[in-house]
Amino acid sequence: MRAITLRRRHPAAGYAVVLLGLLLAGLCYAAVTSVGAADAASHSVTAGPLIAEGRSIFNQECSSCHGEFAQGTPTGPSLIGVGSAAVDFQVSTGRMPAKELAAEQPRKVVTLTPQQIRALAAYIASLGGGPAIPTKAEVSQVGANPGLGQQLFVADCAQCHGFVGQGGALTYGKFAPALTKSTPRQIYEAMLTGPEAMPVFNDTTITPQQKRDIIAYITQTRTEPNPGGFSLGRVGPVTEGLVAFIGLLLFMVLAALWITAKQGKAHD
Amino acid sequence: MIDRALSGTGNWLDERFHGAKGLRTFFRKIFPDHWTFLLGEIALYSFIILLLTGTFLAFFFKPSMTEVVYHGVYTKLDGVKMSEAYASTLRISFDVRGGLLIRQIHHWAADLFVAAILAHMLRIFFTGAYRKPREVNWLIGLVLFTLALLEGLFGYSLPDDLLSGAGLRITQGVLQSIPIVGTYLSFFLFGGQYPGHSIIPRMYILHVLLIPGLFLALIGAHLFIMFHQKHTQMPGKGRTNTNVVGAPMYPYFMAKTGAFFLFVFAAVTLASTFAQINPIWLYGPYNPLAISSGSQPDFYMGFLEGSLRMMPAWQWVVFGHTFAFNVFIPALLPLGLILTAAAFWPFLEQWITGDKREHHVNDRPRNAPTRTALGMAAVSFYGVLWAEGANDVIAQHLDISLYTVTWIARIAVFVVPALAYIITKRICLGLQRKDLHLLEHGVETGIIRQLPSGEFIEETRPLSEEALAKLAVPERLPLPAGRTDGEEDVPPPTMRRGVGRVKARLNKVLTETVPMNGHGPNGHGPDGHGADGDHARAALGPSADEDHDAEGGSGEHG
Amino acid sequence: MTDPSTGEWPGDNEPDGGSLSGQEAGGSAGNGPTERRRVIGTPPPAEARSMLGTPEPGTPGGPPLPRRRELPADPQDMPGARRAERVVVACFVIATLAGLGFIAAYLIFPVHSVLLVQHSNLALGLTMALTFLALAAGVVIWVRRLMPVVDLTEARKPLRSSDEDRAAFVETFEEGAEASQFVKRPMLRRTLIAATVPVAIAPIILLRDLGPLPRTLLDHTVWRKGVRLLNYGANTQIRPGDFSSPGGMITVVPDGYQDDFNALAKATCIIIKFGPGELQFTTADHPVPGKVVENWTVDNIVAYSKICTHVGCPAALYEETTHHILCPCHQSTFDAVRGAEVIFGPATRALPQLPMTVDAQGYLVARHDFTEPVGPSFWERGPST
Repeated sequence: MRAITLRRRHPAAGYAVVLLGLLLAGLCYAAVTSVGAADAASHSVTAGPLIAEGRSIFNQECSSCHGEFAQGTPTGPSLIGVGSAAVDFQVSTGRMPAKELAAEQPRKVVTLTPQQIRALAAYIASLGGGPAIPTKAEVSQVGANPGLGQQLFVADCAQCHGFVGQGGALTYGKFAPALTKSTPRQIYEAMLTGPEAMPVFNDTTITPQQKRDIIAYITQTRTEPNPGGFSLGRVGPVTEGLVAFIGLLLFMVLAALWITAKQGKAHD
Repeated sequence: MIDRALSGTGNWLDERFHGAKGLRTFFRKIFPDHWTFLLGEIALYSFIILLLTGTFLAFFFKPSMTEVVYHGVYTKLDGVKMSEAYASTLRISFDVRGGLLIRQIHHWAADLFVAAILAHMLRIFFTGAYRKPREVNWLIGLVLFTLALLEGLFGYSLPDDLLSGAGLRITQGVLQSIPIVGTYLSFFLFGGQYPGHSIIPRMYILHVLLIPGLFLALIGAHLFIMFHQKHTQMPGKGRTNTNVVGAPMYPYFMAKTGAFFLFVFAAVTLASTFAQINPIWLYGPYNPLAISSGSQPDFYMGFLEGSLRMMPAWQWVVFGHTFAFNVFIPALLPLGLILTAAAFWPFLEQWITGDKREHHVNDRPRNAPTRTALGMAAVSFYGVLWAEGANDVIAQHLDISLYTVTWIARIAVFVVPALAYIITKRICLGLQRKDLHLLEHGVETGIIRQLPSGEFIEETRPLSEEALAKLAVPERLPLPAGRTDGEEDVPPPTMRRGVGRVKARLNKVLTETVPMNGHGPNGHGPDGHGADGDHARAALGPSADEDHDAEGGSGEHG
Repeated sequence: MTDPSTGEWPGDNEPDGGSLSGQEAGGSAGNGPTERRRVIGTPPPAEARSMLGTPEPGTPGGPPLPRRRELPADPQDMPGARRAERVVVACFVIATLAGLGFIAAYLIFPVHSVLLVQHSNLALGLTMALTFLALAAGVVIWVRRLMPVVDLTEARKPLRSSDEDRAAFVETFEEGAEASQFVKRPMLRRTLIAATVPVAIAPIILLRDLGPLPRTLLDHTVWRKGVRLLNYGANTQIRPGDFSSPGGMITVVPDGYQDDFNALAKATCIIIKFGPGELQFTTADHPVPGKVVENWTVDNIVAYSKICTHVGCPAALYEETTHHILCPCHQSTFDAVRGAEVIFGPATRALPQLPMTVDAQGYLVARHDFTEPVGPSFWERGPST
């Protein structure tokens, strides 16, 4: 202790304190940031072509976690019956192949080509059926009704994904991702297959037309201009409140300092 | 030019209103200058902006919950059923030139209004400006603060969008949970079951008529009292408890305050140009079965939201009736605690310290360590609740588990205020000691001199008069009745037991401070006899000691 | 430049002599009330002289003492002031132009589409902000550089009135009280006070018709035997065979009430489809004794009230993998396989389960209303069933 106080006026003392503070803050943050276990998901699906190519890709990229015959292991769920739609969604968004076990797999850089993804999907579909990849017509936005999409979205989707698809927190480190980057096909597939914690909205619960309406709502909302200025992330009153304090109030304090500053008098 | 104005219009008015003397007094009124004195003005001018922009909006807004089908400019919602209130807000945003700008200015000004009230309230507290004779003004201020919260709540709920509607639902659920009268209050406010068809028109009348009327009356009273009692001033050269030093109202203060009004307007306009606020078209119309993640009220309601989120699930069901502690405790306790404590504080402080003098010179916060520390504890309490209100946004963006954030908040709400109290107090005392060192030893010059005896000393120069006046002895709080200096250790008869003893103890804690004149209440203050008195005071000059005695004297017999 | 001893300040030689200080006197360079410009050295006009000599200022018969100006006429730093004046003028010119720009922007930029509104907002906002900012900056520079720096002192009078004033007030008050008979005639006083009581209460009484009494309205919803469940938004009826994917969840409302917000605020439900064996109907397999799912399900489809029992937000965030229902408002969490029992958060009661069955046509319908009140707690609510 004495060694510390003796050096309290050392030139580097201030820096040391700041570094210590940063270290402490970082440690605390690391402690609370979650690294949870992966959650399993299993559904049923259907079959398709390019199966052989798909099988070899599967053996290389997927079997270590999902098992040699996609039957599942402690680290990865069974893929029998998940269908080509699920494979296309997971792999085309880069979530799979997973790099590490986590509470939820985030979207990341895609490692397979579209052809490879098609093959993989076909192989998985051949194992046990399941929802198929939607066709172009099924995800076409022509004639879609975003108004109805809005009503469906706020009733069944917004509670997780937020008003405008900006995402939201779930429990134990999971989250509902932002929908800013998803293609119409991916959105369709997600609804159809219910990846990870997301519920399943099959085609008889939310019909293909309704899915198109929801997709129209999502895609139109995210490309819509912000007429009022910068959107502040479309997060809502939280960022607005921060701007009010840090922006507005601070600006006013600076103005007040200028107006009341002493004119030409020296300070002690 | 001035001659003509005075002999023409001035004469006309004077012949009718007898204004010459009163107006002259008004014109010569002195206003002390400090940037913190402008915080209240931010609130005042935000209010004026709210009145102006609100009037404009009221020409276009329809406070009706009648359902209409939308066929307007915002084609994404074409065919969607919504209330007239929501539809008219869409129309203001997209069909009225300047409508969106005015709407955003109105909302930003509302946020700034409350933020400024908070800052102003804290300034008043930390500088002790609520003390006699300003207690009533403090109470009026607290009422204004509460009204501002309500006004904002009603205001952002008027457009009937999904985000604010969720907030209304929460308000209704909270109301309903109040024992005995809850359901009645809810039914009377909403005109029946939730949501009903009455709440928007009723909130509208509260928002544009009743509460603004109360505001005008109370702000008027608040300003009049401030005028009549004259503003406080910061300690400084030539400033005493019986004068006001500064520049006159006309033309100086008028010009400065006018400029500040323009700055406030400029600031909210800039925000409204570049930062989108309350984009209700993105939220969609309200529907009681819909909700979004990341739903928060405007920031000033955040602390109530946070307290609702962190509360554990407690309830009592006895004899067929429910005490929903999990709801009405978080709804009533934090705000109730803060407001009640704040309202009682000036009187409590007077009782504890026995200080019944008028105070027109502000305290530097460091010179009232316990008060400042208590204030910071309250601020951090409020802050933890406020942060918890955004717990899901924090969880999402900072990658922390949702429940963990809540658990941290549940613990922090007790630990952080205690820590804040301790740390703030130590900081204040430390700053005081630094000031005391300056007062006793002057400013270091860096010049080393060798005395004839061979000892080396550092020369110091005395503080300037201005700085001296600022650091000057804070008026020592008078001792509680019955005690005289020299017999401080012996409590008077009234203070030996019961309430008196509590009062004595509280007094000791509240008045804990570093005595600036070197003579502490116990006779041997921390630096009492100038422990570093060995340092030569050669260059200190005659000012310090005499001033100490003079100020100490006036303080003790004040 | 300035000579405080004579009370002169720059600008004193103007004909009006400064508005605040009244008469000027003293010094050959000063002006009296006359408009004539006087030359230094010229003796004052005859009417100001007397044979006995000019009386001293301040003595009887002489001119009044020169009033010392309270405010100097010009700032200390005149060259700086000239520079500042140019800056201020520039600011005001900018403000004028920006103000005109605002009017122009209003006329030029149309609205009626989201993109057009964006442009209009930018143009109107920028011009308006610039106007205010330039005006504000100009005035501040004006005050700081063009007005002389002053530091004046005003004495505070004690707020306590003088003893004479107080005594006089007390006298007036007491006299008035006596004259009013208020104190002397108690019956007057008492009956007056009694009369004001109903008047004071009346406004509160008038509020009675703000709304109906709650009675038992909060205990029931619109669900009745045979009311069909509708898939909200699409407003289609539901067959269990359609809602067949385990892990599915959807919002449902009672048929006929899809536009009735009052009904929806209590009757909205969510239905969740589970695989076989997932729902816990009995306490046998429970690690911890607690709530179970009532036998009101169809094909492992369970219906819960969507209205959170905390403060009434729709609790709809369903995590398929953990089968937790999370309310996004305050994070109350319910376990869907165990009768929506609360496992975290401020809610104290499980989400009520809607009794469900299928009707003759095979659509999901309610058996009867919930067996307990839905939504937030209230005083008259007894324990949960």
